[in-house]
Amino acid sequence: MSETTSKISVRGLRKSFGSKNVLSGVDFDIEEGESLVVIGGSGTGKSVLLKCILGLITPDAGEILIDGVDILKLSPFERSRKTRQIGMLFQGAALFDSLKVWENIAFRLIYGEGKASGPSRAIAVDRLAQVGLPAEVANLSPAELSGGMQKRVALARAIAADPKILFFDEPTTGLDPITADVINRLIVDRVKAVGATAISITHDMVSARKIADEIAMLYQGRIVWRGPASDILSSGNPYVDQFVNGRAEGPIKMALKSA
Amino acid sequence: MNPAAHIGRAAIAIFAEIGAMSIFALKGAFAWVSGPFYTREFLSAAIRVGFNSLPVVGLTAIFTGAALALNIYDGSARFNAETFLPQILAVSIVRELGPGFAALMVAGRSSSGMAAELGAMRVSDQIDAMSTLAVDPFKYLISPRILATTIMMPFIVLVADLIGILGGWTVAVYALDFEGATYIRNIDSFLTAEDVTSGLVKAGVFGFLISVMGCYYGYKSRGGAQGVGGATRSAVVASAVAILASNYIMTSLFVDF
Repeated sequence: MSETTSKISVRGLRKSFGSKNVLSGVDFDIEEGESLVVIGGSGTGKSVLLKCILGLITPDAGEILIDGVDILKLSPFERSRKTRQIGMLFQGAALFDSLKVWENIAFRLIYGEGKASGPSRAIAVDRLAQVGLPAEVANLSPAELSGGMQKRVALARAIAADPKILFFDEPTTGLDPITADVINRLIVDRVKAVGATAISITHDMVSARKIADEIAMLYQGRIVWRGPASDILSSGNPYVDQFVNGRAEGPIKMALKSA
Repeated sequence: MNPAAHIGRAAIAIFAEIGAMSIFALKGAFAWVSGPFYTREFLSAAIRVGFNSLPVVGLTAIFTGAALALNIYDGSARFNAETFLPQILAVSIVRELGPGFAALMVAGRSSSGMAAELGAMRVSDQIDAMSTLAVDPFKYLISPRILATTIMMPFIVLVADLIGILGGWTVAVYALDFEGATYIRNIDSFLTAEDVTSGLVKAGVFGFLISVMGCYYGYKSRGGAQGVGGATRSAVVASAVAILASNYIMTSLFVDF
């Protein structure tokens, strides 16, 4: 490799569950500070892709390089040190419902890094403000929040330790258009503020165009198109056109069984 | 299909499951050694498993002791041995019924509770989220529960033993005309330390098995509410079977020497 090292490189990534091939050779690179959005229908393996990079799922074959190091060749301990720099916003927010909002945000600081709870709480309240929530929310439990507020708290939790890489799994799914836009702006803001590298997966095209520098389309376990976000409407790719315009007819046949 | 292949496949599946469980149990029991140790999680599990189980374990023990007193009296009267009621009752409670019944009640309460809690966390991505926040779920969720249950169980059983003997004493004194002080003195001079400690060792093993089953099935649960329901059911059934099977093995070891 003669060019500079990409922040994340994925090479020939394969994963199947039983007889179902979910990823059948995914390749892509992301440079530092770049925001990539992966689009694709439900059950095309977008979440599996992120979970492979996070080390939550072990792929069947392929390489995942973070800062030029193949994490699949590392020991579990070394790998978790490498994947620690990734913050993730889960689709369903995945807040710890036994803990208060501020404990959720400070979870990594207190339990992962052993910081004292007083200063961690101050950081949590600060993060709440950054996602546009008042300090009073800090003492509520996640169950008392609306879906949009839960997503914001989850975002605050994901960015609490200033991770260098951020993953967003369907950040706007299930939100009304206004709240969705608030989340989109927060994501753009935070990614810019931290200078983080971001991978988002979504099938919300409005969201994709707002948060992406580049968009890649995943279909049948492969990246079938990749290009700048501004080109998404004029890609000339029949798969992308069908998806972006939301047409039932086209080269993409919906799978009847989910993954 | 070939019936032999069917049996073989089922046998392999069972061994694979036991193997996975054993690895899980070892990881869970020792994950905390390399630190950090989450004291708050440990204490909260100890209170939930230990202290909060006491009412239901106490009720079980008092009725078991009471019924046992009637049965022993009725049975031993057939060969005029009813004066040995206190001794037989005490040995039965501390060696067998105290640990057994307490463990089964804790299995019903805590094993199912752990499976449901961890299962709900699993299907809502909370366990994956924990990993992405640089906290090992084995250290934060599994180890505290296994340690707390294993340590608390002997204390629960000690209380169950006392209440069980009290239940038997109450029936013996008020329904069967035993003399209260003599009854206690008979137990005191008859019961050995080994009788009690063998029951407490059993209790620790039962606590370990209960928490491993609850955590294992919860941690591995898949597929929404139905999956969590299945995990809860499996945890209780597996705990009960493990308690009864290990009870026989331990009893045969203790009785031999």
